[in-house]
Amino acid sequence: MTATKTHCPYCALQCGMEIGPGLTITPRTDIPANASGALCQKGWTAGELLTNGERLTSPLLHGEPVEWDVALDYVASRLSAIRSEHGPDAVAVFGGGGLTNEKAYSLGKFARVALGTSQIDYNGRFCMSSAAAASLKAFGMDRGMPFPITDLADADVVLLAGGNVAETMPPFVRHLTGPRMIVIDPRRTQTAKLAWLHLQPTPGTDLALALGMLHLAIADELVDEAYVAARTTGFDEVRTSLASWWPERVERITGVPVHQMRQAVRALAAVGKAYILTGRGAEQHSKGTDTVSAFINLALALGLPGVHGSGYGCVTGQGNGQGGREHGQKADQLPGYRKIDDPAAREHVAGVWGVPAADIPGPGRSAYELLDALGTPGGPRALMLFGSNPIISAPAAEHVAERIAALDLLVTCDFVMSETAALADVVFPVTQWAEESGTMTNLEGRVLLRRRAVAPPEGVRSDLDVIAALSERLGHHFETEPVRVFDELRRASQGGPADYSGITYERIADETGVFWPCPSTEHPGTPRPFLDSFATPDGRARFVPVQHRPPAEEIDADYPVYLSTGRVLAHYQSGAQTRRIAALVQAAPEPFVELHPDLAEQLDIAPGDVVRVSSRRGESKAVARISDAIRRDTVFMPFHWEGANRLTNPALDPTSRMPEFKICAVRVERDS
Amino acid sequence: MRLVVVGNGMAGSRLVSEVRTRDPHMKITILGAETCQPYNRVLLSNVLAGSSRPEQVRLLDASWYESHDVTAAFGSTVAHIDRETRHVVTEDGRREPYDLLVLATGSDAIVPPIPGVERAIPFRTLDDCERIMDSADQAHAAGQRAVVIGGGLLGIEAARGLAGRGLPVTLVHLAGHLMERQLDVEAGEVLGETLAGLGVDIRTGVSAAGVEADGVRLTDGELIEGDLVILACGVRPVTKLAAEAGLEVRRGVVVDDELRTDDPSIFAIGECAEHAGTVYGLVAPAWEQATVAADVITGGKALYRGSRLVTRLKAKSVELAAMGETQLGEEHAEVVRFSHRARGTYRKLVIRDGRLVGAILLGESDAVGTLTQLFDRGGPLPGDRAGLLFPGLSSAPVADSPTLIPDAAKICQCNNVTKGQIRACWEAGARDVAGVAAATRATTGCGTCRDAVEGIVGWLCEQEGISV
Repeated sequence: MTATKTHCPYCALQCGMEIGPGLTITPRTDIPANASGALCQKGWTAGELLTNGERLTSPLLHGEPVEWDVALDYVASRLSAIRSEHGPDAVAVFGGGGLTNEKAYSLGKFARVALGTSQIDYNGRFCMSSAAAASLKAFGMDRGMPFPITDLADADVVLLAGGNVAETMPPFVRHLTGPRMIVIDPRRTQTAKLAWLHLQPTPGTDLALALGMLHLAIADELVDEAYVAARTTGFDEVRTSLASWWPERVERITGVPVHQMRQAVRALAAVGKAYILTGRGAEQHSKGTDTVSAFINLALALGLPGVHGSGYGCVTGQGNGQGGREHGQKADQLPGYRKIDDPAAREHVAGVWGVPAADIPGPGRSAYELLDALGTPGGPRALMLFGSNPIISAPAAEHVAERIAALDLLVTCDFVMSETAALADVVFPVTQWAEESGTMTNLEGRVLLRRRAVAPPEGVRSDLDVIAALSERLGHHFETEPVRVFDELRRASQGGPADYSGITYERIADETGVFWPCPSTEHPGTPRPFLDSFATPDGRARFVPVQHRPPAEEIDADYPVYLSTGRVLAHYQSGAQTRRIAALVQAAPEPFVELHPDLAEQLDIAPGDVVRVSSRRGESKAVARISDAIRRDTVFMPFHWEGANRLTNPALDPTSRMPEFKICAVRVERDS
Repeated sequence: MRLVVVGNGMAGSRLVSEVRTRDPHMKITILGAETCQPYNRVLLSNVLAGSSRPEQVRLLDASWYESHDVTAAFGSTVAHIDRETRHVVTEDGRREPYDLLVLATGSDAIVPPIPGVERAIPFRTLDDCERIMDSADQAHAAGQRAVVIGGGLLGIEAARGLAGRGLPVTLVHLAGHLMERQLDVEAGEVLGETLAGLGVDIRTGVSAAGVEADGVRLTDGELIEGDLVILACGVRPVTKLAAEAGLEVRRGVVVDDELRTDDPSIFAIGECAEHAGTVYGLVAPAWEQATVAADVITGGKALYRGSRLVTRLKAKSVELAAMGETQLGEEHAEVVRFSHRARGTYRKLVIRDGRLVGAILLGESDAVGTLTQLFDRGGPLPGDRAGLLFPGLSSAPVADSPTLIPDAAKICQCNNVTKGQIRACWEAGARDVAGVAAATRATTGCGTCRDAVEGIVGWLCEQEGISV
């Protein structure tokens, strides 16, 4: 076997790697994200899951291994029966941001064409939907980072609001060694420790902080007036709205001293090249969209977006978090990042799909609303789940488990027995990264090629095969070869905002990735789409006036401590993959509750004690870790294990429908 | 439901937008005596200091009222409340019917009854501010001086602002030290020293007897020279309208926990209102009251229980926060103090029953945000008081000399590599970072541990050299 060039199965950085004989993994040096040959421990150990005996290799029907045809016939007939009894929307589809573009595309088409349901959404809703919504409002287009990652290294200052890249995507840090880093995070994370300036706000107050910083930029006359006049609209209204957010008021809300805010703003404004980046910490709130809008407003006022060497970007998290939101597995979208309620978009996609536009259903429920409706009167009765583990990853997880239990039919496609797969009526064993080909679009908007390096175990098929086999039983023909699916995706995306029509597998291989939009095979791709104009009708970026508001749930006498959730380096998402890899389990064996020494003293908690954390939605136990890296009023729990999300609050952002993962009120006690 | 709001300042305009957010349909009329859009009074000091332009302090755009279906009349002074027929009557004869009425008439600057006081300019409104700026520019051009009467928050901000415009300023103050309501004696003195260093001449314990053409005459006969004289002698609630309508008025218009006066259809909020014996002169309480009143007016349940007061001076190069009961002595409370007058630093915590009830922070401090929140929330304080005054003290970085790092310490976070593993790797023959990286993958993630790994390998090699 010769070495196969592919990419890491985990985060949105999509580090290049080669898989050689004996499944040895070697970093590639031709992919800019990790061109220095970097990989984190997750990447180095990714191959273990190919062989370590945790794989599902046979379809399971009510827990018993069965032949593929038996399982497929069963599912198709149950889907048909449920659909004819309760209507097409009684069948729902839930996808994932780790699926290839080809799978995401096929899944959207499967829902709308083969099942005829509007009820499809995906876990990317829990990821970057707030940033996407804010970018769409401001720039008319959402391409996470509208510039190559390598541009960051030349910046003078990078502000990272609510992101911990040193743990979530370590090789990212190699692009940040040049700039001064300003990190906004309630915790002194590994990333914050690298920062020139760390602002440590109260959880849930990033929006106020951004407003205070823009107020200071205006008061101290740091606004780039020429840029604002030439490239934006709406600044006057925003300027007026900021009169209410003077820095001393913001200090009282956020706990960030005024002089630190001023230091940050001056650093951003004083230099030629600066970036503002947001991560989940700023976004996963019931006001995440407005928070991102506030940071974009700050970036626009300082004249950063759409300028070579400066800008705003969202640090997308999941492996295909960017591509996954472009091709139709989102409730309100059609391929090419088109809107499902846009008549022209419907006509175009219907033409590619060979169906009347009128047959394409309208927008469906968002991810949490979909899960919340399962098994309720008027809600879906069957759920097809691909590449997601909502029992662990959805907010108010116990409630979600109850809803899933109320289904008539749960079908999952997975390659290990995840917590959610364990509840399924039918489990289809599917291929994983190294066993399949397909494209992934990384956090830069660079379309990359994942290549099949090894044959899947016997009995395992691709999600594309599952979709096609079920569609065939329901009377529709679907492609199963990734390259043919991609060719169809190219046609479907043609003319849309995320236009892939000029991208081919050959080009991706030759050019080590192609940036969308790429409207023709002669087009070079678009690394920096906003240099000349933004994707709005008049080409100008929009300032969006926003106001701070408190989190959906504030601390009180009964629940006096904030809980924030997040990641640890050794694990990925719900941990279904990484908790099955020995070296990663050794590095991070169990969930924990991180708390400040003062809070620990007050609660009589010692390191290693088992701590019970309760919220209005559930309770969870984990081991105490005591650290002054966290605020006194906040505890932190990683969400890679069952537990943290039993506590989290499903309050939704009104625009993005993002749940408020990052803050809720809890009570913390030593478990006696 | 017809809501009429009298007063378009910070309280009244806030209330209107809070009500509109809750109820898109209520008929709302707002009558304001000032002719301009509502503006943020807190920022007037910045305007005076030149760090904000007048147009940058308006709270709502002129188009806001129409686009939010609110009837607004500016320059419209209410003369009379007809409680019998539920109307307000303006000076120009307009009769506006109401079901609910909110008084947000604010307060007026106190003008001391001394001869020549009409030569002085009070510092209260945006108009005042613009007059002062015009006069200050002329005075500066003519090489003249200014005098500010009153050493409270506003007087200090005004004096600092004028000094920042290059004008020599003398601040005269009746009490023995500056901001005597918020500060103890030492803090007041340290503040005075800081201001003196910024060009503000401070005279405390003196009383103005009159304003003359060339300065302020003190009661002891001394003349404080100044061609421009600013008054910042405090404010008085505007209650005439309420009193004439027969509502209960003490220092302010008396309201209950729903912000209702003794007429249940009339509310009062902001600086004209008196709640539980207190009249507040800061914006934060006024906005808290506006929020509660908006809830009550739109049919919600909410109660106002008083506000915790945090005073934050807005004066360039003078960092000052004062909150709560700052003057309690050791006999009544636990007091923690740090004073370094040469640097203009003074920090004081006043603690009772393990909770922060007051604090003064003078001089730049990273503690200000945390302490303000501990005061606001009234939560229990940690035992380590020093850590509160000096954040970061307890989290000083530990020595990372290769010798001192324990073997179990994680050196490479990205690949979970300990010092012990690096040592083992060295013992197995690796003599440089590349060798360690090949064996352990240390340094191959984010790369920030490279120096540490290099240090450990170098130290091990050195040890070897010594032993050989």
